[in-house]
Amino acid sequence: MNRRSILIALAAAALLAAAAFMAVRVMMTPPDGLDLARSKASARGLYAVTIAPEKEPLEQGPLHSWILTLKTPDGAPVEGATIAVGGGMPQHGHGLPTQPQATAYLGDGRYRIEGVRFNMSGWWEFTFDIKAAAGDDRVVFNLAL
Amino acid sequence: MRKRLIPILLALAGLTACQPEEFTDAEKATIASLSLSALPPLPADTTNRVADDAAAAAFGATLFFERRLSRDGTVACATCHLVDRQFQDDRPRSVGLAMTDRRAMPLAGVARAPFLFWDGRKDSLWAQALGPLEDAREHGGTRAAYAHFVAATFRDRYERIFGPLPDLAGVPAAASPLGSDAESAAWEAMPDDKKREIDTVFANLGKAIAAFERTIVHQPTRFDRFADAVAAGKAPEGDAALSEQEVYGLRLFIGRANCVTCHNGPRFTDDHFHNTGVPPVDGLPDDTGRAAGAKKVLDDPFNCLGAYRDGSEEACGELRFMVSQGEELERAFKTPSLRGAAARPPYMHSGQIATLADVVDHYVRAPASVSGHSELKPLKLSDRERAALIAFLGTLAE
Repeated sequence: MNRRSILIALAAAALLAAAAFMAVRVMMTPPDGLDLARSKASARGLYAVTIAPEKEPLEQGPLHSWILTLKTPDGAPVEGATIAVGGGMPQHGHGLPTQPQATAYLGDGRYRIEGVRFNMSGWWEFTFDIKAAAGDDRVVFNLAL
Repeated sequence: MRKRLIPILLALAGLTACQPEEFTDAEKATIASLSLSALPPLPADTTNRVADDAAAAAFGATLFFERRLSRDGTVACATCHLVDRQFQDDRPRSVGLAMTDRRAMPLAGVARAPFLFWDGRKDSLWAQALGPLEDAREHGGTRAAYAHFVAATFRDRYERIFGPLPDLAGVPAAASPLGSDAESAAWEAMPDDKKREIDTVFANLGKAIAAFERTIVHQPTRFDRFADAVAAGKAPEGDAALSEQEVYGLRLFIGRANCVTCHNGPRFTDDHFHNTGVPPVDGLPDDTGRAAGAKKVLDDPFNCLGAYRDGSEEACGELRFMVSQGEELERAFKTPSLRGAAARPPYMHSGQIATLADVVDHYVRAPASVSGHSELKPLKLSDRERAALIAFLGTLAE
């Protein structure tokens, strides 16, 4: 009886330690099932937005550019949009380390987003507030570095 | 009942073992990313046309050790950046002509930093070098005086690298917009084209010093040999071996202690600015770190967008896309490299923390910042874990 209760106590302690270990892992890494799609509809459905780093592979550290492709839901390129870039790390409670900007329209709904840097690994949100003829809308992408 | 419990118990014990024999693939990737072997070649600095010119680097080395580049002939760059002390001075706050408010930074790998100084108030190595030369508590000289000194002492070496010096007849012996009242007045009285000529000479001195500083690099440590062996799938042996305690510290560093969040990459820095709740020093002027530094670099006539940059504006991305305001800048200071850190107490931007044990204690306690918000969250680390972290940091300093 005595030995059995020791065993049970040990098992409970091991379970607790395992749970704590997992909790820490969860804090450190992006949440499971995070939507990492690089093409999605904006929040109100006004635009179909695709993003891609100008150069693959995406690197942590250096300043780099992305290309954002903006289309209507039926696939027509959207020209003359004003795009404000934001984001940050939800698990760390801070924003982007730089202030990226849409600096050029490259044609065919494509916009260059310059001045992007991800200085840490983990879950980043990359947010675009879009103003164009169809109206104002926002799209939030998740990145896992 | 007992028979059923034992296998479960064994399985759980396996799950929770503190030091499994093998690193996970993710841990191996992180360890490899911290090795000096992962450091890419030093990028060109197109804003400094002599950045990789050997004659300029040699001239820069001469200037770096030249005490006459100061108000009274007593202070050189090397006064606070000691060549045999990782190019820092072991003091909480450096002393040039007088005691400054900040700790001298070591120089290895400094050419890779997008922003210089603890608050990032300079955006190139050559622009950085100009700051202390005119700071009243550091070298305390003026750009006009330095131009005269170079003309009298190093004319040939200067002109072989940068071309003819301007005519200095009529240039005051001491003049600078950042000098004393008399020196500022002397500067204001100069014609604009002469100011511009002197500024060019001054910037060129910075460019030569930067060419020298680009050659100051990190040397591989025991950790690098260990990391390279792990990355290659070999057992780290001999001078690549880490003790059990050091490996435990490494696991904490890249895991639960979250150190690698900011101290990442081969230089163990994310080159960014963070508020970590380091307390101000009593009696010093309020130091808001990056909040003030961001404004200063935007206003600096020697910044990348100014008139003294070589090459095209394309090199100025760091400045153009810099975050220039917001609460995150308040009391944020640059993440220092941890290479060699174990051998150079004291720590933090004004040497506030005397030992590595006290630094770890600071991160465990995570005190609130006096303004802005500290990014730290309290940690739970046992004495054994604290000792392991410190032991690991030692492997980056030998």
